[in-house]
Amino acid sequence: MFRDAWLMASKDLRIERATRVGTGQILPFGGLVLILFGLAISPVYQVTVAVGVRRPMLAQAAPGLFWITVLLAALLALGRSFAVESTDGNLDALKMAGLDPAGIFLGKSAAVAAQLLALQLVLGIGAFILYGPPLADPVLLLTVVILATLGITAAGTVYAAVASGLRVRDTMVPLLVLPVVAPVLLAATKATEAALFGPLDNGWSWAMLLGVFALLYAGVGMLAFGPIMEES
Amino acid sequence: MVNLSGAISLIGGFPALAGVDLTVDDGEIVVLRGPNGAGKSTLLRLCAGLAPLNGGSGTILGHDLASRERRRRIRRETGLLAHQTFLYDELTVEDNLRFWAKANRADPSTVEPILDRLDLGGRLRTVKISALSAGQRRRASVAVMVCRRPKIWLLDEPHAGLDQAGRDFIDEIVRHAVRFGATVIIASHDHGRVSNLATRTVHLVGGMVTGAEDGQGEGRSVS
Repeated sequence: MFRDAWLMASKDLRIERATRVGTGQILPFGGLVLILFGLAISPVYQVTVAVGVRRPMLAQAAPGLFWITVLLAALLALGRSFAVESTDGNLDALKMAGLDPAGIFLGKSAAVAAQLLALQLVLGIGAFILYGPPLADPVLLLTVVILATLGITAAGTVYAAVASGLRVRDTMVPLLVLPVVAPVLLAATKATEAALFGPLDNGWSWAMLLGVFALLYAGVGMLAFGPIMEES
Repeated sequence: MVNLSGAISLIGGFPALAGVDLTVDDGEIVVLRGPNGAGKSTLLRLCAGLAPLNGGSGTILGHDLASRERRRRIRRETGLLAHQTFLYDELTVEDNLRFWAKANRADPSTVEPILDRLDLGGRLRTVKISALSAGQRRRASVAVMVCRRPKIWLLDEPHAGLDQAGRDFIDEIVRHAVRFGATVIIASHDHGRVSNLATRTVHLVGGMVTGAEDGQGEGRSVS
């Protein structure tokens, strides 16, 4: 299984290196979304978050805006990941090769996760510059980024595979993926808020929940990917 | 090698195969003929373990088509050359062949000789599939098949879109495969060309076998 996962992940990353879709299209798209959010919310607006505590609205909203941006970029990356398999019948070729479906799932998830993590590094710097939030706990933030990315890619890979066999896959991927990853979005936003502003105890609880989501989605994906491929 | 009795296969609820009876023996080169929509491609996909068996019975290489687990074994032991290339457009010829060799657990040392043997060495090996001509893509798809060393070769219109040299190349590869122990089933409209290869021609109409005739091809046995 892990051999097949490595094979698939390295192949997908080689395709990304050859086409530069991530750096040439998805990253600029994410950057544009961040900028548009920044333009939509005036930096002079303030919100009261506790008695006597006021913050710029843009900074307060930064966690949610960042994760929505990441989610939109993830939809593009997931769609792209399965477009390369369905364009020239490669899903059939993968079936004929006898690769372990769980390995294919893990490999494709890992490749998208690697691209998203690289993307978030750049988008995260952009979000700090544009929105200006503080940073209370970098370790918690790093943990949240990794766990949320694993959850998004695991759930997204399952549903992108479901949609890959459909003629309307481009529009079906967001419809299928967004409701499923809504809990991840919520937990990631809460945990990121804690990592940026505190209190930290609350943040680690949310991070643990993200870990549970990631494990759950990965487990479901590994079990379900075989039947999904058969029906694709 | 192939034993189908009353095989029915539904594609989107439509019976693409409506009760096919077919036996193919070891070393044969069987040509499937019939009009568009006769079920030739579906029959090849059924033999590859990709299309479902919804009725009747069938075994491929002794594996029962009705069993999902057995269908996985069938897929590993057969090779399908279809209208699609089964290649990644964004990768080079060599990257594709190396990936599919590993995916199919083929001997990696065979990649270099196959590239050279199929005239895909030299400059072509570093060219992306998307930049190749139709004939070169077909050649690259065949290279993957050769690498897999399947027991049954399932070829869907292998000569389509190829020039004379490309067609001769496909014929040579088919003869070579049979010489080395493979059984070949070809779906083709190019009767003039494939009749030289066929040990038997099977006629399909409306998802059913309507007739068969022996040929003078170069397979190792004629039923």
